[in-house]
Amino acid sequence: MGETQGHGHQEGHGHAQGSKYGMVIDLDKCTGCGACMVACMAENNVPTKPDETNKLDTITWMRVFKLSNGKAFPEAETCYLPRPCMHCGGKHDAGHSPCVSVCPATATDYSYKTGIVSQIYTRCFGCRYCMGACPYKARYFNWWDPKFPADMKEYLSPDVSVRMRGIVEKCSFCFHRYQRAMDRAFYEGRELEEHEYQTACTQACPAGAITFGDLNNERHMVHKVVNDKHEGHAVLQGRKPFRLLEELDTNPKVYYLSARDWVVKAGNASLRETKPATKKPSGGHH
Amino acid sequence: MEAAYQKIVRLESQLHPEGVQRAPLWQFVLWLGFFGAVLLWGVYAMFLCWFKGLNQTNMNDYYGFALWIWADLGVIAVGGGAFFTGLLRYVIGKDPLKYIINYAVLIGFICYSSALLILAIDIGQPLRGWFIFWHANVHSMLTEVAFCLSCYFGVLCIEYIPLVLENRKLDEIPFFHHTAHNFHEVMAIFAATGAFLSFFHQGSLGGVAGVLFGRPFAYRPEFYIWPTTFFLFTWSAAACGPCFTILVTKITEAITRKKLVKDNVVELLAKIAGWMLLTYSIAKIADTLYWGFVMLPKHGLQITDFYTNASLIYTKLGGVPWILLIEILCSVIPALILVSKKGRQSKPALVVAVLLGSMCALINRWVMVLQVMAAPIMTFDQFALYFPSWQELATTILPVAYGVILISLSHRYLPVFPQERELNPV
Repeated sequence: MGETQGHGHQEGHGHAQGSKYGMVIDLDKCTGCGACMVACMAENNVPTKPDETNKLDTITWMRVFKLSNGKAFPEAETCYLPRPCMHCGGKHDAGHSPCVSVCPATATDYSYKTGIVSQIYTRCFGCRYCMGACPYKARYFNWWDPKFPADMKEYLSPDVSVRMRGIVEKCSFCFHRYQRAMDRAFYEGRELEEHEYQTACTQACPAGAITFGDLNNERHMVHKVVNDKHEGHAVLQGRKPFRLLEELDTNPKVYYLSARDWVVKAGNASLRETKPATKKPSGGHH
Repeated sequence: MEAAYQKIVRLESQLHPEGVQRAPLWQFVLWLGFFGAVLLWGVYAMFLCWFKGLNQTNMNDYYGFALWIWADLGVIAVGGGAFFTGLLRYVIGKDPLKYIINYAVLIGFICYSSALLILAIDIGQPLRGWFIFWHANVHSMLTEVAFCLSCYFGVLCIEYIPLVLENRKLDEIPFFHHTAHNFHEVMAIFAATGAFLSFFHQGSLGGVAGVLFGRPFAYRPEFYIWPTTFFLFTWSAAACGPCFTILVTKITEAITRKKLVKDNVVELLAKIAGWMLLTYSIAKIADTLYWGFVMLPKHGLQITDFYTNASLIYTKLGGVPWILLIEILCSVIPALILVSKKGRQSKPALVVAVLLGSMCALINRWVMVLQVMAAPIMTFDQFALYFPSWQELATTILPVAYGVILISLSHRYLPVFPQERELNPV
């Protein structure tokens, strides 16, 4: 992915935006099973280390955080929060996402055609400035050479390049699936259908907690959920979509749903009444 | 054997500047040997990082910027004495500073070459380092840093070359003699260019943190197109850089057991540094207050969020965010000492002041690198800890050893201190 998808900054100035792919994650449905993480790693050829106990240098494009309301039994509650790359659009959706603007070598770009933030692996020289810029910690550095067990190499996806040591990578919203689906749609001379482009995590979630689609397309479910003001909507069920750290003007494309007040408050510091709900991210090990 | 050694000593002494006393050769070789060993240790760690990758460090995805970036920003800040002294001497016309400008340039040269070396180790794909110039993103502060830093290092080389050519033996060659002379003639242009470039790269380094709108600890509002940290970094480098120049001069004088620069020269530089520090500390306090009480609440945060629920390194001690307090005190105390004539003229007070002044920049850069990374943003995220590996420590000490060696060689063979002969008649 990368250059074929990115259309540079010029496109954002004065041009109408095309698609804007995003997600809605129902936190009340998520059971924390980690299937999304596994599917993501398998789909995107994410390498593993022999010892994965240190979560500070483990690559998890999709990471499930474990949140707690910090209360004792019987009021104790847990919430699992899957966190992919937020594909931030920045202020006014102008493509000024925290990471894209700082990359000194233009190795990450914002596509006004899809709203997806790309990572150009062969151009990244590993300065890690983008990692420092991302408040969601959705970017990961390849501290080691990628190694796969011999038998496993046969299972690597041919659509996704394996990343080398010393560069940054992150969730791409399974952009190769978009390319594949677009190729077919173009060949058949029609528009892309909602079901044709779905991320691996969306399809793997057994609880159906993840909905993916074009936020700009009125026919797509994510558009309906995010823009539907009727609280009686079948998906919303009286809940209001929220995003993580909205007050920072990062303008993420990943929305969350929860009926639990403390979960919504954990999403944004400004909503906190007290200190953070809990701190220990499980990294999917729960 | 003895005769051969004496011959070497005699030949070597012909390289010394005229009319000055130097340490015995065996002593100098031992001195170089010790720091050479430290240097080799650092070089070994450097090659480990290059060949095995950054897994040799203890950096991680929570600390993508760590000890090296602090060291990088730190040496650049304290190396700011070169550009600011050059500005004062050649552009503003503070003539007495001509007796310390050589040393300021040498220290700057060491600091900036070290910074470039550290950057070369710090990037994950060192062979792609040139991408920053080739695929430059003009929106990135790091691009501005790379361009200005490289250009300014070129200027420092030009400023250092005439000093090298003034070596007694090299100076005997007419071409070198005239080259050095002509370089001196046009040095004002390079000093002005250096000051211009430094303004931008020191500022851009401040901008690197200041533009991170996803990191409220570092993020600052814009003034024109730059965040306030842009100006604070330039200001602090201009204030703390001369402090470091004076500090290293005093250390050199202590080690060589000689007076190398007259007091009036040091006091003039100290006075200017003092006023720069005083105005900087006022600006820094104003910036901190605005950040803490206006900007952070706009982002739903409070200043205390960054000084609680963390390790002792950054948290409150006795109800006070100690690292913030020390940072501010390290600018206010030396400023008050240096602006007072009595303070400048007292040797112990002067040394304390320039030491604190140098620490001021180093602590500020530490906070703007490490604490920015450490402070969790998502309310459910953790406050991770980081301690550098020996490879990181060795490669951070490497520039110190390199600096000591280059200073030692320069002092022994080049006329770095024009007043040395007058102050130490043989």
